[in-house]
Amino acid sequence: MLSIHAINRSFKGHQALKDVSFEVRDGLMTGFVGANGAGKTTAMRIILGVLSPDSGEVRVDGRPITAEDRAQFGYMPEERGLYPKMKVHEQLVYLARLHGMTAASAAARADALLEQLGLGERRGDTLESLSLGNQQRAQIAAALVHEPTALVLDEPFSGLDPMAVEVTLDVLRDVARAGAPVLFSSHQLDVVERLCDSLVILAHGEVRAAGTREEIRAAHARPEWVLETEDAGFVRGIPGIEVLEFDGGHVRFAADSVEAADRVLRDAIERGTVRSFAPSIRPLNEIFQEVVR
Amino acid sequence: MTAIDPSLNRRGRTGFWAATGIVAEREIMTRLRSKSFVISTAIMLALILAGVIFSSIGPELFDSESRVATVSSLTATVEALDGVVVDTLSGADAVRQAVQDGTVDAGVLPGEGPSGLLVVGDREAPSALIQLLSITPEVQLLDPNAPDPMLTYFIGIAFGIVFFSSAITFGQTIAQSVVEEKQSRIVEIMLAAVPARAILAGKVVGNSVLAFGQIVLIAAVVLLGGAITGSQLLLDGLGMPITWFVVLFTIGFVMLAALYAAAAALVSRAEDLGTATSPLMMLIMIPYVLVIVFNNNPLALQIMSYVPFSAPVAVPMRVYLQTQAWWEPLLSLAILVASTVLIIGFAARVYERSLLKTGAMVKWKDALKA
Repeated sequence: MLSIHAINRSFKGHQALKDVSFEVRDGLMTGFVGANGAGKTTAMRIILGVLSPDSGEVRVDGRPITAEDRAQFGYMPEERGLYPKMKVHEQLVYLARLHGMTAASAAARADALLEQLGLGERRGDTLESLSLGNQQRAQIAAALVHEPTALVLDEPFSGLDPMAVEVTLDVLRDVARAGAPVLFSSHQLDVVERLCDSLVILAHGEVRAAGTREEIRAAHARPEWVLETEDAGFVRGIPGIEVLEFDGGHVRFAADSVEAADRVLRDAIERGTVRSFAPSIRPLNEIFQEVVR
Repeated sequence: MTAIDPSLNRRGRTGFWAATGIVAEREIMTRLRSKSFVISTAIMLALILAGVIFSSIGPELFDSESRVATVSSLTATVEALDGVVVDTLSGADAVRQAVQDGTVDAGVLPGEGPSGLLVVGDREAPSALIQLLSITPEVQLLDPNAPDPMLTYFIGIAFGIVFFSSAITFGQTIAQSVVEEKQSRIVEIMLAAVPARAILAGKVVGNSVLAFGQIVLIAAVVLLGGAITGSQLLLDGLGMPITWFVVLFTIGFVMLAALYAAAAALVSRAEDLGTATSPLMMLIMIPYVLVIVFNNNPLALQIMSYVPFSAPVAVPMRVYLQTQAWWEPLLSLAILVASTVLIIGFAARVYERSLLKTGAMVKWKDALKA
C-alpha cells in the first residue's frame, strides 16, 4: 500500500499542497480528481521523489519510501515525452534498463507490451513518426515496461480515442489485479467514476474527499430514496424525512435513518401500489461540485 | 503476460555507475548512428589529411626549374648554377628574342659592368637568377633551429581551430541532449529511476568519449600524413605537442561538457539554448583568438597555459616552441584537473536544481540558491 502523510509543499510563497494525506490501496485503481491547478501533479511528483515535500512523508506498506521502491514504480508525467527521434522499442528498452532490468529481459518485455498495446508493427519506428494516439500508447508502455510494483499516471487518458482508452484500461487493470496500487489523475470525473475503485478529490491543495465511491457518498450526502406510487403526498408527514423532489406519484427524499425510510415504504404499501422504491444514487459529479467549492 | 513476476521486482535500484553507463551508451550510439555526424567527421578527416599532405609536397609542385638562354661563351658559367636549364643560342639577339617570346624565363649575356654579365628579363628582374649569379656575403646563424614564425602562426591556428570546433560541436551536442530531455519531460521518468547526477555523468562521459575519439582520430590522421610525406616537422616537432593537446583537450572538454549541460538545464526550450550557451561560446573563443594574436609572445602564452580554458591550446604551443621547463605542462595539467573537479561540482548543482524548472530561463544565481 502506498500512503501519503501530511504533505506540505510551497512554491515561492504559494502553498500548492496543504497537509495532504491519502492512501492508494494494493490492487485498487484509485482516481485522483481535481480541477487544473489543484495540486495533483505536485502530489504525484512528490510520490515519485522528483520533487521533495516541505514536510510530511510518503510511505510504502507503512514504512518510509526509499529510492529502491521508487525505482520500481511506473510513472507517466503530465506532459508527455519520450525521445522524438528514437525508435519506440529502443526507448522502452533504455527506460527499462535505467529502472534496473537487464537488456535481454527489457527487450522481451518491450516486445510483449507493444504487442498488447497494438503497437507491435511500429516497434522500429521513431516516436515522432507515430500518430498522437500511438505516441500516447508508447508513453503508457514506457510506464509499464519495467514491470512496476505501483503505477502513478498523470492524466493517462487525455488525448486517447475510445478504443485506446479501453486497451489502456485493460493493461492498467492487469497491473492492479496483480496486486499493485494504481493511482491516476484526471479532471474528467465521469471517466474516473466509471473506472476507479476508489478516489481522492483534491481542491486548492487540500484533500476534500477520499475513499471508495460508497464511502464518499456516505460521508458527503445523506442517503436518498426514490418512491413511485399513486399519491406520494403522505411522505411529507413522516418524521425524519426531507422531501427533495415531488411530482404527484414521484418523490425523492432524504432520510435521517434507514428506519425512517423503511417507514415510508411500509406506509406506501398500506396506501396502495408501489411501482418502485429504490435508493437514489447521487452522481459523484454533484458531490464533487459540492466538496471542491 | 502483464502478470507481475515478483522475482523480477526484487531487483534493486540501478547503481550510480550502471546508470551512468546506460546513459553514456545512449549518447554515444545516438551520435554514431547519425549519418550526418559520421559523414561530416569523415569529410573533416579527409580534409585534414589532404591539408597535411599538400602542405608538405605542395610547394614542390610549384617549384619548377627555370629555363635560361645564353650564348656559348657563358654556357659553362650558367650550367654551374642549381635548378637552371640552359639553352645555348646563337647570339645576343636570339637570346633577347627567346626571353621576349617567353620560351625561356631569362637570358644571360656578356655585359660591360664589373660582373661581366648582363641578365635579360622580360618584364621583371629575374631576382632568383640574379641572386644565383651574385656574390653573397658569409652568413652566420645563431639559432638555426628556431621555429619559423609563419609556421608557428599556422600551428597556433591549427590547434585553436581543432579545440574550438570540437569543443563547440560536442558542447552543443550535450546541450541539445539535455534540453531535449527537459523539453520532452522524459527527464521526469528518468529522475524517478536514477539520480540526476548519474544522468549528468552519463552525458558528460558519453560526449567526452566522442570528443576524445574525434581528437585522437584527428591526431592520428595528422601524424599519418606526416609519416606518408616523411615530414620532419610533424614527426619530430609536433609529436609531443599533439600528445599534450589530446590529453589537455580531453580533460578540458569534460569541464566544458559539464558547463554546457548545466547551461542547457537552465532553459526549457531548444530555442533558448543559444542565449544560455553564449557565455560558454565566449570562453571557448577566447583561447582561440588569443593564441592567434599571441602565438609569438612567450609571456602571454605562459599565462594562458595556466588558465584552464586556454591551457589545451597554449600548453602544446609552448611545448612546440620549447619555451617552458619540463614541469610546466604538468602544473598546467594539475590546474586543469583541479578546476575540472570544482566545475563539475558546480555544474552538477545547477543541473540538479534546474532540471524540473520550466518556463522562462533560470538564472545561474537562482539555480545555485534554490
